[in-house]
Amino acid sequence: MKHLLSVDDLSADAIQQLFETAADMHDVQRREVKKLPALRGRTVVNMFFEDSTRTRSSFEIAGKWLSADVINVSAKGSSTSKGESLRDTVLTVCAMGVDGLVIRHPASGAALQVSEWVDASVVNAGDGTHEHPTQALLDAYTLQRRLGSLEGRHVAIVGDLTHSRVFRSNIQCLTRLGARVTVVAPPTLMPSGVGAWSAAAGFDTSYDLDDVLRRDGGPDAVMMLRVQRERMTGAYFPSPREYTVGYGLTRDRLAVLGPDVPICHPGPMNRGLEIAADAADAAQSVVLEQVSSGLAVRMAVLYHLLAGESEGGMA
Amino acid sequence: MSLVIEGASLLGEGTTDLYVDDHGMLVDSAPAGAERIDAAGLVALPGLVDLHTHLREPGREDAETILTGSRAAALGGYTAVLAMANTTPVTDTAEAATRVWELGREAGLVHVQPVGAVTRGLGGEELAELGLMHRSRAGVTVFSDDGRCVHDARVMRRALEYVKAFGGVVSQHSQDPSLAGPAACCHEGELSGRLGLPGWPGIAEEVIVARDVMLARHTGSRVHVAHVSTAGSVDVLRWAKARAERDGTWSVTAEVTPHHLLLTTDLLAGYDPTYKVNPPLRPQEDVDALREALADGTIDAVATDHAPHARHDKEHAFVDAAFGMVGLETALAVVRTALPQLSWPDVARVMSATPARIAGLADQGRPLTPGSPAHVVLVEPDAALTVDRDASASLSRNNPWHGRSLTSRVVHTVYAGRVTVRDGALVDA
Repeated sequence: MKHLLSVDDLSADAIQQLFETAADMHDVQRREVKKLPALRGRTVVNMFFEDSTRTRSSFEIAGKWLSADVINVSAKGSSTSKGESLRDTVLTVCAMGVDGLVIRHPASGAALQVSEWVDASVVNAGDGTHEHPTQALLDAYTLQRRLGSLEGRHVAIVGDLTHSRVFRSNIQCLTRLGARVTVVAPPTLMPSGVGAWSAAAGFDTSYDLDDVLRRDGGPDAVMMLRVQRERMTGAYFPSPREYTVGYGLTRDRLAVLGPDVPICHPGPMNRGLEIAADAADAAQSVVLEQVSSGLAVRMAVLYHLLAGESEGGMA
Repeated sequence: MSLVIEGASLLGEGTTDLYVDDHGMLVDSAPAGAERIDAAGLVALPGLVDLHTHLREPGREDAETILTGSRAAALGGYTAVLAMANTTPVTDTAEAATRVWELGREAGLVHVQPVGAVTRGLGGEELAELGLMHRSRAGVTVFSDDGRCVHDARVMRRALEYVKAFGGVVSQHSQDPSLAGPAACCHEGELSGRLGLPGWPGIAEEVIVARDVMLARHTGSRVHVAHVSTAGSVDVLRWAKARAERDGTWSVTAEVTPHHLLLTTDLLAGYDPTYKVNPPLRPQEDVDALREALADGTIDAVATDHAPHARHDKEHAFVDAAFGMVGLETALAVVRTALPQLSWPDVARVMSATPARIAGLADQGRPLTPGSPAHVVLVEPDAALTVDRDASASLSRNNPWHGRSLTSRVVHTVYAGRVTVRDGALVDA
C-alpha cells in the first residue's frame, strides 16, 4: 500500500495489523523519551488547505516521534486565491524531496487526485465531506479497546451525516470489522441516496434516536457527530433547540444508555447542541481517549507507509 | 472554385452527384473545370449546425479562439456554430456581438453566429441590449446567459416579451440556484452521497423548465431549453410541446448534448474533472429518456456545449475545477454511437435542419438540392474512430472521449462551396 486515501483501501486484516502497531505506538506515549528512529531521514509534509488544530497537531507529533522531518504547510486558499492549480501547488512542494504528504482539503476527492500527480505517499487527512480515514481508524481502535471486539457490536452514529466525512469513513471501517451500524439523523441531514447506499453497504438508518437507544437493549456504542453549521447553506432544521430535542445526546438520553456504553465524538463539540455537557464529560465518554488513540494510529499509519519493507512496513 | 462531389449517398439513400458553382451554390449540372471529391461510400448531409458552442474569445484565448474553434467545428462537420455569450467581456452589446461575428468571418471556416446575453454582464437583473444586438450586422436572434440561469421569473418574463418584437428566442440554462447550490457539481443521488460531492438534483432543472414553458405560454414567446439532462424535464417538454402546438402562439424547443446521450454519472467515481459538466452527467435512466426524446422529436436538436478549458483550469480539486468538455469534433460520432438506430434523415434533422431553424439561419440546414448554399458534410458511416485528444484542432484537451471507440467519421466538410476539411484534415492547416 502506497497511500491511505480511503478506509476502502484496507482489508479487515490490514486494519488489525495497523491496530497492533498502534498499540505498540501507544506504549511510546508513556515513555519518558517519546522517540523512535523508524522514519529518520524521511520528510513528511502536512499540507492543510483547511483549518485544523487537532488533526494537524496529531500528524505533526506522530511524524516527529517517529523521527521524520515534519513540515507544516498552511495552504489554505493558496491554489485558488493566487490562481495556481492544485496540481502545480502540490508538485511544487513535492519537488523538494517529500516522502509523505498528509493532505487536508475542503474538496471531496482532492487527496485521490493529488495521489495521481505525485510520487510521495499520500495520507488523506480529510477531504471535503468525503472521507477521513485516520479518524475512522482511531474511532474503531478506541472502541475495540473498550469493547474487546467490534464483531457483532451495535454502533449508533448520530447527527449531521450529510456533511460528515467521519461518518463516511466510519461506515466502511466499522462494518468491515463486523459491527452492526445504525445511522440516525433528520431526513434533511441524511445523505442523498442513502437508501440504496445503506442496502449495499449493510447499515441501517433511522430518524428516531430514542427508538434506537431503547430498542433491543440499545447500542453498544454511540458516536455523536458535530453539527457542521458552517457548511449549512440551507434550512436543514428549524432551530438548535429542535435539533437538540430530536437528536442531541441529552442528559435524559444519557440516562437511558448503560454506564458502560462508550460515547465518541470526533470534536470539536458543540456542547448543548448535539451533546450535553453531562454526556461529553461522563465517565463513559471516550473523547479524550480518541485523541491519544489518534496519535497512536497516525504513528502506525506513517510507519506502515513510510518505514519500508526492512522496517516491517506494508508492501 | 466549383466542385463536384461524386457518388455520395444522399442522407444514406441512393447515390448521387452534387454540383457546386463558383458562388458556393448547389446547382443541377457539373460546372466546367470543377474540383472533384470522390464520395463513394460516404453519406452526404447538410452541414451541421451547433446551437451551443463556447469559443472563449474574447477573454480566454489560451483555451480557444474563434479561429481554433472554427477549425474544430469544421473537422466535426459543422458549417455554423452559435457562440455563447459568456466571454470576457460578455457579449451583451451590439459592438461585442459584431466583433464575434467579424472574427468568425475572418476565420472563414464556419458561420459563427453570436449569441447575445439575456442580461447585462450575465448579472440576471437588467436586460442586455437585446434589440441593438439584433439590429447589428451580427443579427442576433438567440439570447442566453448560459452558464447561469435567468432565475428571476420577472426578468425571464420581460426577456421573453421583449424578444417577441423581432422573433428572438431565449435559450435558458435551467438551474434553480436555490435547489442546486453554488458548488453543485454532481448529480444528486447515491453516488453524490457516497462521494461527498455537492448534489445537483434533477428537480433544480425541472422546476425552471416547467416555469419557463409557462412563461413562454403566458407571453406568447419562444423559449429554448439548453442542454436538457433529466427524464423529468422530458416529461415537462412533452406536455409543453403538445400544448404549444395546439395553441399555435408560442413555442418551446430543446437541445441535448452528445455527452448526456452517452455518458453517465458513474464516471465521477474517480473525481476526474474531465467529466465535470453543467448540468452534470446523469444516471442511465435519464440517458435512456433523453435518447427516446431525441428520437421521437420531444427534444429537437443535438447541441455540443463545446466548452474548452486550459489544462490548468481542470487541474483543481473536482469541486473547484471548471465545468465543461470539448465536443465539436466528436459530436456526430457520439450521436451515431449512442443512437445507432437513428436514420440519416433524422441525424440531419436534429443536427442541422432544426438547429438552423431555431437559430433563424436561413441558409443553413437546407436540403442538398440545387438552389441551396453548398454546406455539406460527408461521413464514412461505419468507420471505427478511436479518439485522440492530442489530434484535436481545439486549443484545449478536456476531452472525455480520449481513447474511446466511436462509430462514424467526418471525411469532408464543405462550407459555402469551399472544402474546409478533406480526407479528415483541415484544408487550411
